[in-house]
Amino acid sequence: MIWVDTIVQGILLGGLYALFAAGLSLVFGIMRLVNLAHGDLIIFAAFAILLITSTFGLNPFVAALIAAPVMFVLGWALQRFVLNRVLGKDILPPLLVTFGLSVALQNGMLEAFSADSQRIPAGPLESASVDLGIVTVGWMPLLTFATAIAVIIGLNQIFYRTALGRAFRATSDDPVTASLMGIAPKGIFAIATGLAMVVVTIAALYLGMRANFDPSIGPARLIYAFEAVIIGGLGSLWGTLAGGIIIGVAQTLGAAINPEWQILAGHIAFLVVLLVRPRGLFPRAVD
Amino acid sequence: MAYRVVTRTRTGSIAGVAAIVLIIVGFVLPAVAPRDMIQDLFTILTLLTLAQLWNLLAGYGGLVSVGQQAFVGIGAYAMFAGVILWGMDPVLAIPLGGLAALVLAVPTAFFAFRLQGAYFAIGTWVIAEVTRLLVAQWKALGGGTGTSLPREATSDIIGVEAIRSLFGVREAAARDILAYWLALTLAALTIAAIYWLLRNRLGLALAAVRDNTEAAKSVGVDARRIKWAVFLIAAFVTGLTGALIYVQTARISPDAAFSVTDWTAYVIFIVVIGGIGRLEGPILGVIVFYVLQSTLADYGAWYLLTLGLIAIAVMLFAPRGLWGLMSERTGLHLFPVQRRLLAIDPMSGQQPPKRGGPDDQ
Repeated sequence: MIWVDTIVQGILLGGLYALFAAGLSLVFGIMRLVNLAHGDLIIFAAFAILLITSTFGLNPFVAALIAAPVMFVLGWALQRFVLNRVLGKDILPPLLVTFGLSVALQNGMLEAFSADSQRIPAGPLESASVDLGIVTVGWMPLLTFATAIAVIIGLNQIFYRTALGRAFRATSDDPVTASLMGIAPKGIFAIATGLAMVVVTIAALYLGMRANFDPSIGPARLIYAFEAVIIGGLGSLWGTLAGGIIIGVAQTLGAAINPEWQILAGHIAFLVVLLVRPRGLFPRAVD
Repeated sequence: MAYRVVTRTRTGSIAGVAAIVLIIVGFVLPAVAPRDMIQDLFTILTLLTLAQLWNLLAGYGGLVSVGQQAFVGIGAYAMFAGVILWGMDPVLAIPLGGLAALVLAVPTAFFAFRLQGAYFAIGTWVIAEVTRLLVAQWKALGGGTGTSLPREATSDIIGVEAIRSLFGVREAAARDILAYWLALTLAALTIAAIYWLLRNRLGLALAAVRDNTEAAKSVGVDARRIKWAVFLIAAFVTGLTGALIYVQTARISPDAAFSVTDWTAYVIFIVVIGGIGRLEGPILGVIVFYVLQSTLADYGAWYLLTLGLIAIAVMLFAPRGLWGLMSERTGLHLFPVQRRLLAIDPMSGQQPPKRGGPDDQ
């Protein structure tokens, strides 16, 4: 029975990783941009939510609602004024710019918020749990997982049901032809990054409520997110969820055997999937 | 009319002579320089070596690795294993570091080469993390908390006694001088070897693969083999550098030896700021890096924040780095690798050249 419990906890943890990864998957799928600052942006959003809750004494969910549009504008501006300038055939410039941003953000947060561990207070929700018969799960992990599914459904609705989504897909497939049809790829990119930052804010909300965070933990979240995206396959959001679940289950199983093996087991699962399916489990786009 | 292919330029020859003079000065420097200067130069030289290797990978080979710390760390740990487990002299254990890195590079390349571009960067990073976590399980070498080189091992490193009597310094200072000399040798040899490589057939193939893989393949370049060669060479020398760094430090822990900031982020910034894809770039970059570090050292995190922002600004406004800006203005190339055709008058009876053309070697 302990194994069932471990696996269920792993699946629910996978929901959190899928939330980390969804924004990355979105940006990567549309413009092949690897944002190495993604993890640090999640931590940045978590600090923003914390700041709003503590300053105005608001509920963290309401605070995230306030932070989301701010993050959207930041993401939009980041793409519009910085990343769009370096996007091109050569993948090196955007990689290096986001790497610079990652280091700058980490150290900026270190100066602004110190290296102390923080947590977004979530009240009674933090420890509440529900008995599902075979296993007992916390409300928080369950809510995280449900949110991950909601986010993915929402993004898929935007992708396949709206004009904006059509523009996203067209630009993803062929930016030159898309621009002949009256789409401005750079504007689309800016909106996509803004949208990704909204997802980042949601990820940050759960990260901050579930565990302690400090300015230095961004890169590790980026690695989990990336592993989930690569396992899932480029451009498939459901694949990203599957990837997150695989990492989550591997981690909880590893931790059940030896607590020191938790992170290691996740990475090994990633390498094994890569060995068998180098393009991930459910690749949608080519490359 | 016959032609010959040359890479030699007058500036290049002058720069070559200047480099040799500089290296000789570097070797006699410990006679006059204070100890902290020797320590600083050691750091600069090891960073320069790492930067040249990363530049070879990313700037010439198109392999943007964010996992070079794996080779620094495994090299350092292999050296420690040689000393602690097998009682070797730390300096003689340095080659173990190179070998261990080479051994690790084979499975790393096997995994990472299945990935393209950005996936490759993340793949190498994950492998470095896995290596760090595995090494942290190695209890004989201190596990997660790390360990130090034993006193007996550091007290009679070969050559230290000779340096002590030569310069009349204390043992610790003599150790620093030895490490500095090794770092100088390694940096000079690395730069010379990369320069030789780039002027050679492999260099031409490398540039062809970087500029257009498909076109390079169509004229018979084995792109895969070239990438393997570059990756393995870079890993080997990175491992040696890692071992050397930790001979000087004499204290190791997985978090420090596999630090992505120290061994990859700094190195990437040095290359980007100096100028990627140029041999001169990392040299200029390491100087800028050092000046920034010493002026901003008292401001803690602000220093890295500034460094990150400078790297972004350089990528936005001068993608070829500071050296790129300078050489665009002046046309200066200290390490010329460009192949130029020179016409030879057949009437003068000059022999056609033996070397130079891409297809006659």
